[in-house]
Amino acid sequence: MNFSEVFKQSNQLCKVSPDGKYLATCVQYRLVVRDVSTLQILQLYTCLDQISHMDWSSDSLFILCAMYKRGLVQVWSLEQPDWHCKIDEGSIGLVSSRWSPDGRHILNTTEFHLRVTVWSLCTKAVSYIKYPKACQKGIDFSRDGCYMALAERRDCKDYVSVFVCDDWHLLRHFETETQDLAGLEWSPNGCVLAVWDSCLEYKVLLYSLDGRLLSTYSAYEWSLGVKSVTWSPSSQFLAIGSYDEKVRILNHITWKKIAQFEHIATINNTKAVNEICPPPVQVPVVKPDPDRANPKIGVSTLAFSSDSRYLATKNDNMASVVWVWDMQKMSLLAVLEQTSAVRCFQWDPRRPRLALCTGNTKLYLWSPAGCVSVQVPTEGGFQVQSLNWHCCGETLILLGKDQLCLCYMDTDQEDK
Amino acid sequence: MPESSLDIFPPKVKDICSSSIECRPSPLRQSSQSSLPLHRNYMLSTFCTEKNVQECLSHISQEVSSLGLPPVWMESGGSSEMNVVAVLNCIYDLIQLHRRGLRTLENMEVEQLKSSSNLDYLQLTSTQLKEQLELSKRENTGLLERERQLQLKVKSLQNCLKNEKEEVQKLQNIIASRASQYNHEMKRKEREFNKLRERLNQLLVDKKEKKQAIDVLNNIGRADGKRSLWKTEKTEAKHEGEMYKTLLSDYDIRQRELLLENAELKKVLQQMKKDMVSILSSKKPTLKDDQHQDDDIQADLEEEVFDSSKESVELYCVHAREKLTNSIRLQWRRLKSHVERLDNQASLAQIGRSKNTDAVSRETHEEEMDRLKLEIQQCKDFIQTQHQLLQQQLSSPYDEEKASLLSDCYMLQEKERFRDEWKTLEEQRKIFERERRNFTEAAIRLSHERKAFEDDRATWLKHQFLNLSPFADSNKPQMSKSKSAFLISKTEASAASAPEKLIKRPSDTTSPTPRCVPLTSPSTAELYPTLCLVPENRSTKPKRLTEHVEESSNFLNGNVPAQHKHWNDREDHSSHTLTKEKTSSI
Repeated sequence: MNFSEVFKQSNQLCKVSPDGKYLATCVQYRLVVRDVSTLQILQLYTCLDQISHMDWSSDSLFILCAMYKRGLVQVWSLEQPDWHCKIDEGSIGLVSSRWSPDGRHILNTTEFHLRVTVWSLCTKAVSYIKYPKACQKGIDFSRDGCYMALAERRDCKDYVSVFVCDDWHLLRHFETETQDLAGLEWSPNGCVLAVWDSCLEYKVLLYSLDGRLLSTYSAYEWSLGVKSVTWSPSSQFLAIGSYDEKVRILNHITWKKIAQFEHIATINNTKAVNEICPPPVQVPVVKPDPDRANPKIGVSTLAFSSDSRYLATKNDNMASVVWVWDMQKMSLLAVLEQTSAVRCFQWDPRRPRLALCTGNTKLYLWSPAGCVSVQVPTEGGFQVQSLNWHCCGETLILLGKDQLCLCYMDTDQEDK
Repeated sequence: MPESSLDIFPPKVKDICSSSIECRPSPLRQSSQSSLPLHRNYMLSTFCTEKNVQECLSHISQEVSSLGLPPVWMESGGSSEMNVVAVLNCIYDLIQLHRRGLRTLENMEVEQLKSSSNLDYLQLTSTQLKEQLELSKRENTGLLERERQLQLKVKSLQNCLKNEKEEVQKLQNIIASRASQYNHEMKRKEREFNKLRERLNQLLVDKKEKKQAIDVLNNIGRADGKRSLWKTEKTEAKHEGEMYKTLLSDYDIRQRELLLENAELKKVLQQMKKDMVSILSSKKPTLKDDQHQDDDIQADLEEEVFDSSKESVELYCVHAREKLTNSIRLQWRRLKSHVERLDNQASLAQIGRSKNTDAVSRETHEEEMDRLKLEIQQCKDFIQTQHQLLQQQLSSPYDEEKASLLSDCYMLQEKERFRDEWKTLEEQRKIFERERRNFTEAAIRLSHERKAFEDDRATWLKHQFLNLSPFADSNKPQMSKSKSAFLISKTEASAASAPEKLIKRPSDTTSPTPRCVPLTSPSTAELYPTLCLVPENRSTKPKRLTEHVEESSNFLNGNVPAQHKHWNDREDHSSHTLTKEKTSSI
């Protein structure tokens, strides 16, 4: 395993291009584009203000830099460094900015979620979408880039609009049976849209691409409900993590619960422990303050491995533990207990390997064959706060508070 | 012992009497005994007679004194005269005593009655009390029972209460968390509202409004290079269509997967069913009540056969599916009961240690195991020896001759066979070659003959023409013309040869005769199609032609007949060559 030298970055804005060749990082108001393998600086762009958000277009040719305070978005071209594009939202403000899947349109959400403006870089045309909903996840693009689902709220009712990304034609517009829609997500095969309610009501609705309601799922009433939702890459399973510290798995044929994973404090399973302790193992539990809103309880993070065989979860009560579940046997496979709260974990996009970090100077890797912890070799201590895998699965990008470092894996990484 | 008259007295008196009398046995014993039943009656001097007066007197005085009365008679003097006063007193005392006695008797009787009635009363009350006691005991137990039940109820109610309290607590917690969530949201919304208000104020106050704008250096092309389309109904319909296509393909894929899965599962079920039926039917002799099962199994087997013949198409039908699952369930139940029975038997065998039936099964089982082990061992040995031999084979020293021999030894037979076949094939080929040569020779001869025939005919025709027409010489100068002319002459020559052939062999070439009127080259040119053999070759092989021309030009000076003859030779030669050409071209 090799580590690169440490580079500066700000705002945790550091992204690899979709084709895997370039690494873009933001340092204050500058955008730095490097080659991934040599880390040589290829391009350097200067924006008008501190960059709040940065993203690559899908064809890896353009990068957008959004400056929310100024209400500006600047787009840079990799092929032609002289090319420039500036979108000024004016007095209406800017809250979020993103690319469309074809890499030629930019969707800006204005302040107070008044509307979503669709700017075309090909024709300089503008379109508006009214009443977008301000929620956890109000916009989602299907994986093939054909459709966009947008959550709307009109007259105190929730709606979902499905647009065709080609020409932004409104394909479907339907009301959802939610009290307060919190998020929506397309299934990887693009045929089903999962819509979930806010935590005050446990409700997950499944809509077909043409707007028909396929199924509703509600595990219980009154207690705080859904905290996180994720699809398996094969579109077979929908994992729902809730505030009652359980994960429920729905199957794509009947949309009924086929498994329920509980995060209990005492583990009796013999094979499941990272530190090789004898069972039963007691997992440290932190009881959250019941009077505060959005309590630190419940399953907040879910991630499927790329082959859909494993599911990694984190229960906020037991924040220093990552649970790995085997989806074939529908049972607990491993419990990874760390010394402090786990900040970020992500599966390798190519193989079943999980990388996680807890905010200290170590990087932890787990795979079914074994696990390993690596100290990041930098002077001055590099606190790993978040990490991202490169799309080819051989490189990890580690982000600290204002630093970044790349970690190159060897091809054979399995040692206990 | 005189028991008669003295019986009525109280026992004490009786005792005294009996004690006093003991020292002197009374003479009246016998008489007193006989008068027992008459003790109540007034007895007439049976006690005292004239004989025993003294004794009686003394006896009575003793008795009286024993009763505490003054003595009746004193034994002083010899006179037997009694003190009458004393006696009367005594009698009076005795009567008083007697009356007293009677009174006490009455009193006692009364008392006895009283006591007996008391007793009865007490008995009655005691029975009553006993009954009451019973009753109250029963009531007590009933009450105890009720108390117990009530206590149980109390406990359960307490539990309920606890649960309800817990539930209430939980609900309160939920309400609290929901309330805090609502409050949080409210605050957030209020903050946002405030921001909006501020912004609105700001916008109203601000004179210049910054407009939205985009500034692009130059438009960039679409990612896929196509031109963007106008939004029309057609595109909308296209989008709808594409959407439905995506959905349909997804459903198709899923349905296919489900079909495959279904087919697999059905196969597995069928297999399971077969296995179960076979297991159950093989275990038949060990079952006691196998009659009815036998029939069932038979029916199943028949059904089985029938089912397999129907194949998978039928299995898609709902009834067939239900039948399959039902029969599987039935078989499974039977298998389960059978296994349970076996288990029971095994446990009984362990407990009862009965050797007969179970030992047999165990023994057979062990035998089977031994047999299998032996088989395994044999197979292993066999594999071992094979392996050794193979190793030997591979590791043997490399001997060239032997190797070459060995390398061929597997193929010897086949090689010989191939050789034989090759021989036969060779022979056949030779035969074919020969035949082919024959055929070609025959073809050559045939062509020769044909040529000759044609020549004859030509000459005959020419002859005819020459005889007919006055322009016999006109052809001659044409004979000495260029190649084309030469061609014509040649054909004429061939035409000349043809009639000879005609003479030789009568054939049906009468076609040139109707055309004999024009005698110039066209006429002979018209002969071309009839002499189909010659012109083709001529046209394809001009070089050779020139040779022929030169060859034959030597012979142009001669007479026609001589020419003819020569021509014939030459023709033959040339035709030879020509046919050779022809054959070569073939």
